[in-house]
Amino acid sequence: MAAIHSAPLWLVVLVKSALLLLVVITTFAYAMLAERKVMAWMQLRPGPNRVGPWGLLQPAADALKMMFKEDLTPKTADPLIYKLAPFISLISAFGAYAIIPFSEPSPGDLWSIGNVNAGILFIFALTALGVYGISLGGWASGSKYPLLGSVRSTAQMISYELAMSMSVIGVLLLAGTTSLAGIVHAQHRIWFVIPQLIGFVIYLITAVAETNRAPFDLVEADAELVAGFHTEYSGLRFGLFFIAEYVNMLTVSCIATLLFLGGWNPLFGLTVVPGIVWFLLKVSFFLFFYIWLRATLPRFRYDRLMAFGWKVLLPAATANLVVTAIVVAYIG
Amino acid sequence: MARMHKSLYNVGALLKGLATTFGFMFVRRPTIEYPSVKKQHAPRFHGLHELRRYADAKERCIGCELCAVACPANAITVIGAENTPQDRRSPGERYAARYEIDELRCIFCGMCEEACPTDAIVLTPRFEMAGLRRGAFVYAKDRLLVPPTEGVGTAPDERPNGIPSDLGRVAEIKSTTDVQTGYDATNRGTILKKQRKGLAG
Repeated sequence: MAAIHSAPLWLVVLVKSALLLLVVITTFAYAMLAERKVMAWMQLRPGPNRVGPWGLLQPAADALKMMFKEDLTPKTADPLIYKLAPFISLISAFGAYAIIPFSEPSPGDLWSIGNVNAGILFIFALTALGVYGISLGGWASGSKYPLLGSVRSTAQMISYELAMSMSVIGVLLLAGTTSLAGIVHAQHRIWFVIPQLIGFVIYLITAVAETNRAPFDLVEADAELVAGFHTEYSGLRFGLFFIAEYVNMLTVSCIATLLFLGGWNPLFGLTVVPGIVWFLLKVSFFLFFYIWLRATLPRFRYDRLMAFGWKVLLPAATANLVVTAIVVAYIG
Repeated sequence: MARMHKSLYNVGALLKGLATTFGFMFVRRPTIEYPSVKKQHAPRFHGLHELRRYADAKERCIGCELCAVACPANAITVIGAENTPQDRRSPGERYAARYEIDELRCIFCGMCEEACPTDAIVLTPRFEMAGLRRGAFVYAKDRLLVPPTEGVGTAPDERPNGIPSDLGRVAEIKSTTDVQTGYDATNRGTILKKQRKGLAG
């Protein structure tokens, strides 16, 4: 620890970033395997089990396959934006990890690359940018199904983004700060999932829409739009979209943990178990929940999602916010 | 209010769905992981054909072509030839010089098995006969006939019309000399009775 404090800041940030990138990409690979396994079990199948023991080398085989596939660009595509779009998605997906704190073994010793005061705003800004990758990628493909996919992604974004932000403001009011570490500290006594149950549920639902996963995977909608926005993408560029989707899923799980489940705060006061373990356990719970949801629910209809977002989620989130504000003003 | 009630009902349905998928994670999967685990077929499963022998290694097939006539898919080709004292292949007058089954035409109905007067052709439970060329599916005697070192071959199954399955097992203990001394129904019946009482041998 002492060595870290004496090293130049740029070196510390560089090493931390490289390490985190490695961890996040490995987590992505095994989250994908876990998803395939868990969904298979729920559908009475064994899941991937041919590559390596228990299918553990499947991600490596998939990665190799992606790398050796041809990278096609349709003749009608806008070449620059078409090639750029996956990187927009990927960069905004990874960007969030610059400020997500994972643990705090001793006060002031925060496990994160950077600690931004406006942490939660920074993350919402980045994840909102990720939608540009999808919209632009679909539009620049110059083909009808990707275009429909990207139109849907825009429509979907305006219906959930507002409710999502509203659901989080309740937490910000209770914590009195937008810093992620500050929010976790504020949950020392009680996790915000209890006073902010409505906000938590709304966040969970909108997070599914945010990551474009079933039942809100209208953007991909395999049954209707071939593969939606990434129909024309192949090889590594498709892989980048794929990584971005799973990293986003990981991000929203981390945010849900930090905002509602008390981050690295232990359950039942079990301080023997390190905070990082608690954090990872909570994140895994959310990851499992999203996989579980995908294996259970059929896809929403496009207009139903919009109606649900505007007519149910937004009013509920607003009411929750107003009540929280009144309570905080009079008691807090 | 009614709408509120309905949406609460929907939440219940949602939870029920989640409980269902969660429960199915712990249900035993019916998957048979094929190359490493093989399915146990029914005893009368119709698979690849086999040409059987008598206990003294003579071929059972007498080249009568009844199987080829019975075959609804025209998958069987038999070309018979005369046995000579120097080269006696089967106990009868004739034997199958060529015996070919096109397994791609075959519908595995088992009519050849039923038509055969000497129980020479039998459908075994073997089913793994994938090939890379169409020609590879025309099975000739080199692949159909049981090698002399491997006994008499698979016993035919119990038939629905009452012909007992013991026929094949009788052949394992009796040689072709029994056939020459008169292999008729009454005689066979005696053999079977003896065998059931444990007297045969």
